[in-house]
Amino acid sequence: MSGFMSSSIGKKFFMSITGLFLMVFLLVHLTANLALLFGPEAFNKVSHFMGTNPIIQVMQPVLAIGFILHILYASMLTIQNQKARPESYAKTVNGHQSSWTSKNMYILGGVVLSFLVLHIINFFWKMKVTGSPLLNEVEVDGEMMENAYGLVVGLFKDPQLGIVYSLVYILGAVGLGFHLTHGFWSSFQTIGMSNDLWRKRLTAVGYLFALLIGAGFSIIPLFLMITA
Amino acid sequence: MDLKLRVWRQKDANSKGGFENYDVQNITTDASFLEMMDILNEQLVNSGQDPVAFDHDCREGICGMCSLYINGRAHGPDTEVTTCQLHMRKFKDGDTITIEPWRSGGFPVIKDLMVDRSAYDKILQAGGYVSVNTGGVPDANALPISKIDADEAMDAATCIGCGACVATCKNSSAMLFVSAKVSQLALLPQGKVEASRRAKAMVARMDELGFGNCTNTGACEVECPKGISIAHIARLNREFLFATCKE
Ligand code: HEM
Ligand code: SF4
Ligand code: FES
Repeated sequence: MSGFMSSSIGKKFFMSITGLFLMVFLLVHLTANLALLFGPEAFNKVSHFMGTNPIIQVMQPVLAIGFILHILYASMLTIQNQKARPESYAKTVNGHQSSWTSKNMYILGGVVLSFLVLHIINFFWKMKVTGSPLLNEVEVDGEMMENAYGLVVGLFKDPQLGIVYSLVYILGAVGLGFHLTHGFWSSFQTIGMSNDLWRKRLTAVGYLFALLIGAGFSIIPLFLMITA
Repeated sequence: MDLKLRVWRQKDANSKGGFENYDVQNITTDASFLEMMDILNEQLVNSGQDPVAFDHDCREGICGMCSLYINGRAHGPDTEVTTCQLHMRKFKDGDTITIEPWRSGGFPVIKDLMVDRSAYDKILQAGGYVSVNTGGVPDANALPISKIDADEAMDAATCIGCGACVATCKNSSAMLFVSAKVSQLALLPQGKVEASRRAKAMVARMDELGFGNCTNTGACEVECPKGISIAHIARLNREFLFATCKE
């Protein structure tokens, strides 16, 4: 097994498994977020559920580990790959060979990571650690719960920075979408689940998935920008 | 046609190299790229200079010896051809052509445009063979192999070990080469027996030799003169993962 962990394919295997896991997380997270479009009560209920459901609580550290492993292996592989060509070409023609996204996964990952840090500061940290006056408890269907809706709307509708936050969040979602245009298919290829036929199918599904994630996460700030 | 050449010159593995500019005149469009290089070398020899060292052997696209990164592409501007099969009609009168060696930690430059590709031999020595004597050609139907498997194995077996995949890959990964060698044997009954051991041994050797990790960009298959598909890389990954599970 130790040989596997240090082999190139072994390291890529971890990239793929963590990537697949993170994509499942994104689907769950997006589904929860979209409740916001149905108003404060719906969103607060979903967010209360996510904050108290034991399975979700157990999954939180797993998710953190998933992110850390994905980023750690990404950095390790990227550094090794850069070292593998000590002297670069004076002239290269590319573009016809491979997509820009496939060659810049680390940069796109960096965009996602910076967004993730901001996102944790904006929401997760406030809800779990510091609290915020915007979060003052509200009553929904006779139950008291945090006003997560108030926190989200408070951020995106902030008189000074609301528009900046909205744009940054949209940029983060688009960066993530691009990461997945390559990542989705690539994760299947890495674990050997592809061939000439499935490659076409998986890339097509990957583009749809990337669009769903990119557009899905952008809808929330856009929706709040449009609705006064 | 008349051309300006910008050629990488490097005395030996330990010297620092650099580009030199040369002019060649009256090159016919029917000449192959290597013939054009021969004309340049004749010119250099006649004027008492050191000819440009470059690899070649069969000059018909089967041995894999010729290399060269021409105007930013492995084996030049044509697709699915080796440099020896590249014709000068792909260039225009007055063009400047930049000619570089393969660049990879796994393929150090020996001199000028020649690189040491013995890393590929080392990978093959690690497992690219069938250990038992498989006898003569079997009777047509004695060893049933589906047409699909036979074709896939044959496609993989067309790899000539040229190294264009490594040269092109942004990570300098040798996965396309290794996957072709693993595939061609793993698909056939004679090679299946050792498939697990082979996949592990060849990948381990590949990792030792300074090649990068595959990130599935797909650039290698586009520049491979034999059009080998990265579907073989998926098979290699599969073989490798199964082999690890079997431990
Ligand atoms: C929710 C967030 C993320 C998701 C869903 C995700 C998903 C994926 C997937 C599915 C892959 C393909 C794996 C493979 O090729 O086998 C991948 C590759 C990659 N990811 Fe992420 N990723 C995320 C965040 C990040 C972050 C924060 C980084 C940080 C730097 C990053 C860097 C990379 C790199 C460099 C690759 C290419 C690695 C390779 O192909 O060897 N990703 N990602
Ligand atoms: S896979 Fe293609 S590019 Fe790579 S060594 Fe074989 S023939 Fe050359
Ligand atoms: S010289 Fe043999 S393939 Fe080009």
